[in-house]
Amino acid sequence: MSIEIPLLSVRNLVTTVSTATGPRPVVDDLSFDLAPGETLCIAGESGSGKSMTALSLMQLLPQPMARVASGSAVFKGRDLFTLPKEAMRQVRGNDIAMIFQEPMTSLNPVLTIGRQLIETITAHESTSLSQARQRALELLNQVQIPEAARRLQQYPYELSGGMRQRVMIAMALSQNPDILIADEPTTALDVTVQAQILSLIRKLQAETGTAVIMITHDMGVVAEMANRVLVMKDGRAVEAGPVRDIFAMPQAPYTQALLAAVPRLGEMTGTTMPKRAVRTWEQTAPKEVVDVDNLTVRFPIRSGFFGRVERRVHAVEGIGFKLYRGETLALVGESGCGKSTTGKALLNLVPFTGDVRIAGTHTQGLRSDQMKPVRRDIQMIFQDPFASLDPRMRVGDLVAEPLRIHGLATGSELTDRVAYLFKRVGLSADLLERYPHEFSGGQRQRICIARALSLSPKIIVADESVSALDVSIQAQVLDLLQDIQNETGIAYLFISHDMGVVEQISHRVAVMYLGRFVEVGTRAQVFDNPQHPYTKALIAAVPVPDPERAPKRFSRLTGDIPSSVRPLSYEPPTAIYRDVGDGHLVAELS
Amino acid sequence: MTAYIARRFGQALLILVGISLVTFVLLYLVPADPARQIAGRSATAETVENIRNQLGLNLPFYEQYGRYVAALARGDLGRSYLQKTQVSELIASRLPASLLLMAGAIVCELLIGLTMGLVAALRRGTWVDSSLMVVSFVGVSAPQFVIGILLLYVFAVQLGWFPIGGYGTFRHLVLPALTLGILGSGWYARMMRSSMLDVLRQDYIRTAHAKGLKGWKVLFGHAVPNAILPIIAMIGIDIGMFMSGIVVVEAVFGWPGIGQLAWQAIQRIDIPIIMGVTLVSACAIVIGNLVADLVAPLIDPRIKLR
Repeated sequence: MSIEIPLLSVRNLVTTVSTATGPRPVVDDLSFDLAPGETLCIAGESGSGKSMTALSLMQLLPQPMARVASGSAVFKGRDLFTLPKEAMRQVRGNDIAMIFQEPMTSLNPVLTIGRQLIETITAHESTSLSQARQRALELLNQVQIPEAARRLQQYPYELSGGMRQRVMIAMALSQNPDILIADEPTTALDVTVQAQILSLIRKLQAETGTAVIMITHDMGVVAEMANRVLVMKDGRAVEAGPVRDIFAMPQAPYTQALLAAVPRLGEMTGTTMPKRAVRTWEQTAPKEVVDVDNLTVRFPIRSGFFGRVERRVHAVEGIGFKLYRGETLALVGESGCGKSTTGKALLNLVPFTGDVRIAGTHTQGLRSDQMKPVRRDIQMIFQDPFASLDPRMRVGDLVAEPLRIHGLATGSELTDRVAYLFKRVGLSADLLERYPHEFSGGQRQRICIARALSLSPKIIVADESVSALDVSIQAQVLDLLQDIQNETGIAYLFISHDMGVVEQISHRVAVMYLGRFVEVGTRAQVFDNPQHPYTKALIAAVPVPDPERAPKRFSRLTGDIPSSVRPLSYEPPTAIYRDVGDGHLVAELS
Repeated sequence: MTAYIARRFGQALLILVGISLVTFVLLYLVPADPARQIAGRSATAETVENIRNQLGLNLPFYEQYGRYVAALARGDLGRSYLQKTQVSELIASRLPASLLLMAGAIVCELLIGLTMGLVAALRRGTWVDSSLMVVSFVGVSAPQFVIGILLLYVFAVQLGWFPIGGYGTFRHLVLPALTLGILGSGWYARMMRSSMLDVLRQDYIRTAHAKGLKGWKVLFGHAVPNAILPIIAMIGIDIGMFMSGIVVVEAVFGWPGIGQLAWQAIQRIDIPIIMGVTLVSACAIVIGNLVADLVAPLIDPRIKLR
């Protein structure tokens, strides 16, 4: 690409954030070029400075904390960093447009889609309102939003996340910019929606010739989108080059480690056990620790004069499964499919009907004091390690708390037990006296695991427990979970949206869609021989971190998952399952 | 919508019954004798007893209250003990002045408060911000009679720009409305500042800048409509604060509103007037809140009235 004249040429960019101890560089001496029409992916883990780079280029750094300290960004013969405010405003949206990670919060909630789109069009060209409206309609059609005319009247809250991200893209493209900066544009979206948005960006890029700077932490997205890659760590460029070279022959040790940590969907083909399965506990007969039959959870929606129940959310609809000692069952599906609700029902945290047995005890209708002994057997680890630890308690006390509540240990016995748990999850016992904010995300998740393990439960429900972590940390935590299982024979109900992670850790997999299982089987059955169209679409939508694989024909799923809100009279049809061999169950298409 | 308003009025009725009961109990327990007040110091015990009988003051409590509520249901607020006129007439003649004062005060506090809050948020962390916040804090904490007397002294006595007291022209309105509004404007300045700071951090503001919108369009098209939402609910609550404020302010400026009426009635234990003013104030608060709740969905489409 070096033959062409670069469209954008960044040299020695340093961006600093002011801290109590003086300015700290978050982007440090970064240089790169962007050629017309190409896609440059800036890849890196959290804190690598990739978003700060994008915001520096747009001159949208959070004021007054962050600023560009030195360097240049030459675009069409002008240095963006020395442009006067008004000139920079005209560049934004017109020459360089940007879309952001959170489609839920990136649109103004109190203005209609039409108004927000039209003001983008009229910000840079003087058009009449009717012309701008016409252009807005064209743009919505271009980003494949159905019923465009009606959408103009709607407010952001009436649209799904995928639709909002399409609106954001429509806005960004309204002035035919030379450069589109996309900052983690699909990270907050479901995998099938992500596939749709990525293919849309590619299609529009082919049509308009816009150069794209895509910022992502997902090496799968990098492989599918990039022409060239810039890998960042701690604000510095670690490695840069054409995408094939980076994936085939990564030079820097960091890049090699990063790529090694990425779960690659399909890498487990031909095996039946999870990645690190080495059993050290005594296996006698398969012992079932969870038995769920016809579990149904429906949430009432109240409205009207007397707050009558008028509709219901059918969150979980008649599912059944067993979980055995030493086994990991993965519940996989997209947001709103009922997988987290299932996990909560197992701990009796939501009212449910049907039968749930935890280590032999029926839990339906138990009061919380009756649940207490059951909770010794089943514990939970949550997604957000930042929100699930009380910031005012010392981490040692957090881990000791379950033991105290259940009266299992006191005094020096308690201290020893907590120190042991800390060591078990790979943390030093010296850290017991510290507070949660002193730990990184990965360390906090280890603390959460130590807390869940403190009662020596038979089952742990892990609800998206590695989703918030960077891939390298994620790999370590997954290894830890599997090591603990190998050692103790604990069973995991592993709830996740990430097919790559699920493939690595699970013995069996259940695919959930709209509150039901559409496919259940062993890991090998579901991943190597998916039968249900939804399972196939889900697997097909996962971006594969391998640029040599031709961009896939993207999923046949279009649009959004239908709503599970139903009128009171709605009785769902009973699901019929077909056994396609060795207990591999697939829901019949109705 | 109609059902919603009907339900809110139903609730309002319950609130009014509750308030009437509480006020009546308190007045019953006050260790002062209205009959003695009416009769005067030199009256004989017999005269006082007669008046007491006449007004039904020696009846048991529940009977007194029952009579009052029964009359109220017919729309009869009773007769003033001392002025011998219908309470409803007295209130009707005084209410317009008080409503005018309140309207003036709302305009004052919104103009001053929102502007101060907006400027403080945009100049966050500078001397402008800190001095505006000091001013607003003074506004919130200074007693209203002090502010009223201060304004009177500077603008009426020394500068002579406004009349010292009375009622009738726009110039009469300015100082009392300002006095009443300054307290609220301090609150609004603080609320608007924190609300704006919160909104300015939002992703959609960054989006608006990324589109290349002009600064003032981002501010007034995107930030202010979102920042103003929590303020609207506040205006409803504010009307209640005014009700206590006007008693003081009307006394300071000789403004002939229901605040003065209430003040005089309290001094003389004129129970029907106290009851009447209390109920009218309660109605004003209920209506103020209802209006605020009805306006909110016009600005924020996510709010649904149910």
